[in-house]
Amino acid sequence: MSAVLERPVEPPGPLREFWLGFSANRGALVALIVFALIAVSGLLAPLIAPHDPIEQYRDHMLTPPVWAEGGSTRFLLGTDELGRDMLSRLLHGGRVSLGIGLAAVVLSLAPGVLLGLLAAFFQRFLSPAIMRVMDVLLALPALLLAICVITILGPGLVNTVIAIAIGALPGYVRLTRAAALGEIGRDYVTASRVAGANVWRLMFITVLPNCMAPLIVNATLSFSSAILETAGLGFLGLGVQAPTPEWGTMLSSARDYITRASWVVTLPGLTILVTVLAINLMGDGLRDITAPEGRN
Amino acid sequence: MLGFLLKRLATLVPTLIGITLVAFGLIRLVPGDPIEVMMGERRLDPEAHAALVKRMGLDEPLPVQYADYVGKLLQGDLGQSLVSREPVSKEFAALFPATVELATAALIFAVGFGLLLGVSAGLKRGSLLDQGVMGLATVGYSMPVFWWGLILIMFFSVQLGWTPVSGRIGIEFDPERVTGFMLVDAWLSDEEGAFKSALMHLILPALVLGTSTLAVVARMTRSSMLEVLREDYVRTARAKGLGPTRVVVVHALRNALIPVLTVVGLQTGSLLAGAVLTETIFSWPGIGKWLIDSIARRDYPVVQAGILISALTFIGVNLIVDVLYGVVNPRIRGGGH
Repeated sequence: MSAVLERPVEPPGPLREFWLGFSANRGALVALIVFALIAVSGLLAPLIAPHDPIEQYRDHMLTPPVWAEGGSTRFLLGTDELGRDMLSRLLHGGRVSLGIGLAAVVLSLAPGVLLGLLAAFFQRFLSPAIMRVMDVLLALPALLLAICVITILGPGLVNTVIAIAIGALPGYVRLTRAAALGEIGRDYVTASRVAGANVWRLMFITVLPNCMAPLIVNATLSFSSAILETAGLGFLGLGVQAPTPEWGTMLSSARDYITRASWVVTLPGLTILVTVLAINLMGDGLRDITAPEGRN
Repeated sequence: MLGFLLKRLATLVPTLIGITLVAFGLIRLVPGDPIEVMMGERRLDPEAHAALVKRMGLDEPLPVQYADYVGKLLQGDLGQSLVSREPVSKEFAALFPATVELATAALIFAVGFGLLLGVSAGLKRGSLLDQGVMGLATVGYSMPVFWWGLILIMFFSVQLGWTPVSGRIGIEFDPERVTGFMLVDAWLSDEEGAFKSALMHLILPALVLGTSTLAVVARMTRSSMLEVLREDYVRTARAKGLGPTRVVVVHALRNALIPVLTVVGLQTGSLLAGAVLTETIFSWPGIGKWLIDSIARRDYPVVQAGILISALTFIGVNLIVDVLYGVVNPRIRGGGH
């Protein structure tokens, strides 16, 4: 009996508890590993890619992948219609797609949180104005809003980021505002206010940390939709422009090769699907631990 | 009910004003001279330039231009296409039914199968079927629409030769335009095989467009079913000795449908966005393809109208869903408790 009391079980720390919850979800764990692989290979693309992604090997146009008849070990996943190495383009494309997705998340998260907090704290003056503007943005589906922005700014990498960030903005504003409104009336906020904390301190130090859970989940899910939208815009010719390797842009010309070079069509799309799927599964896992009451 | 409707309509006014401002600003926010941007490669002599500025009212002060724009909109005047010289509203009227037909078919497919899969997964929670459905739903939700379309074309059209690759009906058919819905028009026409041709043209695009909605509906139905099956009234119904079918369909599903309805309304947005991609892949002559083609042609009045119409459609459908929601769930009408 005394032996048991000597070494009481320590409750796990918050990070450890988080990890225990997350890793108990096998799907989310596998997804994390897959995503980490994709992210790392994208990061290391300049080092590990066998070829320059935009170099055109004119003598090797539409070479099939190595496992297909006529494939060569020189181009493991084959080449596209201009003789560019598919594997190198996919690896470098990961940098572009994930980079755009990440930038778009940051660019919508930061102003979204700020506007959401402002709307929650200044309900009389700022809230109606902010929320009406968000209503307008929400009246257009994200992809159409992005197309709208691209029409004004013109296509390109940076403009793709801006367009997608604007599309994701209303989600963050609404979420932050709702979460903050739920916290504002609580005793700890009142206590902090009474203790003399100014409104900025209340917003960012007192309330915001307690609104993080839904924001993190939303950030994960909007990361995956940002990647899908980037690819969609690229496919429509409104996103990242050739010859920059981007997964959606790679598919935009693929339609012409459906009959004779299936790998040009299948590989970029499969890469997008696996990446988005991995992020979504991770998001589901995160949601399950942060909001256990919603778990089924 | 009327009060609820009026209140809901009133909240739309600022949004509608905002949307018209966005559409109005579209041409004017483009950096540089709007006329030159619109003309692109097509060079204009100064006289024609001035005439176009005058015709489009670009020499007036902005508030006057805006008032003029809204005034015309209220009369149904969406401007004139720079390329075809036709009124935009006329082109729109010709193309809109194609998009509605495609979206409706996609929605029927998605809701039909989504409910079926969601209910069966919810009833057999934790089973292989449940895991399979949920796994597929996650894949469907993560699917890049345009790639999915290409893959299906590759398999069903190119490999198997079952379905056509593009368009709404075989070129040998030309059914008289009655409703604008090809399926209906082909049905009404006497041409042999026209209906089948229209149907075969519709299947793949509808399937592609409906996939992500199907996934969302299945997920939502499942979790909503799980929630409802725990309720007292379901237990009561079972205790009364009602058959399992009756309990599921009449008592559980009807209540489980309420959140599903909201999701379907919100999904209109992704259907509209998906239509842009789907129509581009299948060369489906609807407003999505029209919008993208017009951006490429710098036909700004058309882009402006396309954006406006998409937003209005989205708002309109969500309004209908809200009203339906009030009908299905009386607690909403009174303002909630």
